[in-house]
Amino acid sequence: MKFLLNAINKVKPHFEKGGKLEKYYFLFESVETFLFVPPDTTRNKGVQIRDAVDLKRFMMTVIIALLPALVFGTYNVGYQYYQATGLEPGSSWDLWWVGIQRVVPIIIVSYVFGLFISEFAFSVIRQHPINEGYLVTGLLVPLVLPPTIPLWQVAVACVFAVVIAKEAFGGTGMNVLNVALVARAFLYFAYPAYMSGDQVWVYLGGHTPVDGFSGATPLAIAAATLESGQSVVSALAEHSDMYSFANMFYGLMPGSIGETSTLWILVGAVILIATGVGSWRIMLSAFAGAYGLAWLFNIIGHNPYMQMPPEYHLVMGGLAFGIVFMATDPVTAAQTNTGKWIYGALIGILTIIIRVLNPAYPEGIMLAILLMNVFAPLIDYFVVGANKKRRLKRATV
Amino acid sequence: MSKSVKLKRGFTINLAGKAEKKLAEVSQPETFAVKPTDFPGMLRPKVLVQEGETVKAGTPVLIDKRHDNILYTAPVSGEVVAIKRGEKRKLLEIVILADKEFEYESFKSYSASELSNASREELQEQMLKAGVWPQIVQRPYGVVANPEETPRDIFISGFDSHPLAPDYNFIFKGEEQNFKTGIEVLKKFTSGRIRIGVDGKGEVNPLYNNLDGVEINKFYGKHPVGNVGVQIHHIAPIGKNDLVWTLNPYGVIQIGRLFSTGKYDTSKIIALTGSEVANPQYYKTYSGACIGRFVQDNLKNDHVRYVSGNVLTGERLEEKGHLGYYHHQFTVLPEGDKPKLFGWILPTFKDLSFSRAFGLLSFLNPPSKEYVLDTNMHGEPRAFVQTGVFERVTPMDIYPTYLLKAILAEDYDEMEALGIYEVIEEDFALCEFVDVSKHDIQAILREGLDLMQYS
Repeated sequence: MKFLLNAINKVKPHFEKGGKLEKYYFLFESVETFLFVPPDTTRNKGVQIRDAVDLKRFMMTVIIALLPALVFGTYNVGYQYYQATGLEPGSSWDLWWVGIQRVVPIIIVSYVFGLFISEFAFSVIRQHPINEGYLVTGLLVPLVLPPTIPLWQVAVACVFAVVIAKEAFGGTGMNVLNVALVARAFLYFAYPAYMSGDQVWVYLGGHTPVDGFSGATPLAIAAATLESGQSVVSALAEHSDMYSFANMFYGLMPGSIGETSTLWILVGAVILIATGVGSWRIMLSAFAGAYGLAWLFNIIGHNPYMQMPPEYHLVMGGLAFGIVFMATDPVTAAQTNTGKWIYGALIGILTIIIRVLNPAYPEGIMLAILLMNVFAPLIDYFVVGANKKRRLKRATV
Repeated sequence: MSKSVKLKRGFTINLAGKAEKKLAEVSQPETFAVKPTDFPGMLRPKVLVQEGETVKAGTPVLIDKRHDNILYTAPVSGEVVAIKRGEKRKLLEIVILADKEFEYESFKSYSASELSNASREELQEQMLKAGVWPQIVQRPYGVVANPEETPRDIFISGFDSHPLAPDYNFIFKGEEQNFKTGIEVLKKFTSGRIRIGVDGKGEVNPLYNNLDGVEINKFYGKHPVGNVGVQIHHIAPIGKNDLVWTLNPYGVIQIGRLFSTGKYDTSKIIALTGSEVANPQYYKTYSGACIGRFVQDNLKNDHVRYVSGNVLTGERLEEKGHLGYYHHQFTVLPEGDKPKLFGWILPTFKDLSFSRAFGLLSFLNPPSKEYVLDTNMHGEPRAFVQTGVFERVTPMDIYPTYLLKAILAEDYDEMEALGIYEVIEEDFALCEFVDVSKHDIQAILREGLDLMQYS
């Protein structure tokens, strides 16, 4: 530790004002502060003590909450591989190994291109500190992509998202849209063949799938019932025995890497809520909004998709993942407590509308959150406006 | 009519080093000081004395050129030994070497009946001259009251909820009569009410008993429940055209003393607190006392920070610094200037945190646990991230983040609409403490208050 500290203090002068590497100060700062909490003390006037929390720890909490979904997702990639190819795994370690080989490179590419290239470049050009936001974004991006995604696409998407969705707006804390979702939306619209359909959700590793393999996600099957007229539950059961409600809740099924297991996502939600990092208001209202509208559709029951039991919506597709980890992003969500209720509920409602009423997009959560990101400031505007009005009213009395 | 207000939001910081309720015997400090920096809004201070001059307690030593009828007077009698200036010749302090026996400027003393017949103008003149006027702080802006104005109400917070705050029951013991006289004087200044906020739990301070025509409101909750700004917000908020005055009970007592004895008597009891003090206890001294005497041979280690006031709103002092005009305590903290390897992720029970983010386990400690906190920043300045904690420590119908952003954008209409008139630094001190992005929230707020006043 002493040695590290000495090394840092030795090179520090080069990065400070007037040093040779002055331009790279914030690069240095990010490494320094990653190793050590700096010896800076509080200023002469104002608070003399500070809370032990900082942005790094705050963001780290989200990463820890993501781990259950990540670990399960990695396993699921391997599990689906052996299911689809019909190969016999030697041991359960083989399952893990396939998953790790697929998932880890995607994560590395996400961090390298998002953090090391885009963020670092901007910190040098714009001379601002490297904020810790990308620690989370860099892990969110892989978890919302299909396991078959080509790595170069991950790289392009991360650079696009960081530069266009974040840095162009002024960096962490200023972005309007959730950065990870922008990366996904970019790929979704730029390379739809790699991001949708039935063939991308299961990694096959070049093998031919077994007979009867379809690779379709529950959402795709549900959307297809609009034409076939079959009930969704029976279509799901016919399709594959993994699509029972219980199994979809547990999550061993095709889908984006991190989104399949509602169970482990809820474990993450518990961590976020218990630590106070994620807003329970948003999560609760979004789930309630989704369930409420699905229930209403169920009552109306115009077509088979509407007739699907409402709880199925909650375990299919990326709804749970989006609500727990994307909708609660403190930067892009509504910021007032009242606003959070409205924002969350609308996300849930919009997701179901897009899923059920718009057959062009099987999954609605991504677009619902992006749309509500745009509207969040407007919601806050009205909530804060009400606060101003209360104040004004008092003044005239 | 008295109200009972329960506040849910807030955060009480329980530090080690509470003052034991006894008065220590120690010889008086040698020097006392008047510091223009204690008075926010004093833009053009002017010294009225020169080094070497002798002064009595109550002799004017300083004025603000913009309000030159408010005199800032010497707290003790003695010789002016130093007029300290800082960068750009900014006046820092006027230091007085105290006499053994004090001499006082003489002012008129009043009997109870004389007082009730006296006019506001007459009383005001004496208060302005004697140096007690700056005890009256005006809201909005938290600056020394303008004598030309008439306040809607006068608010007094009867207790202090800051970390390690002195116990008002102890430091104001025996001052009931002076307090009562002070209240009688203040009544002449407002057509509204005098409203005192008292701590709902615990015994009522005898200071606030047997007062006529005074409204007593009870407050329950966590810090900042004792802040007068929070109390005003819940009793009768400050609107656009309102003006109220606030006083610490000590200010009322001083006014009372002035009119009952005819002397500017600045004696006060202060608390010496903090984890690094060997024997934290109370001391009887005078306004602006040098802290050296109290900490001599009374510290656990020497790498410390001296703070005038409490740890949330206080000001750092040099080793031979002088206590602030409005302060009744000083605090000694360990200096936190050591780097900590991976300190941003290691689990800790020792470091207090309002947040429960990963590894911050202080929420598992019993609430009675006393913390030893140092002055480390625990992180680096970062962009504002709206984590919702500001709202959770501000028990007012105000959105701190929006207000702060309006200040940074210098948007006057927004600042006004979002309630800048209702707050001063101390009301946002907890926001600064809990801030994940380590901003100087109180300094930003003061900038906003300055913008509203002076431009």
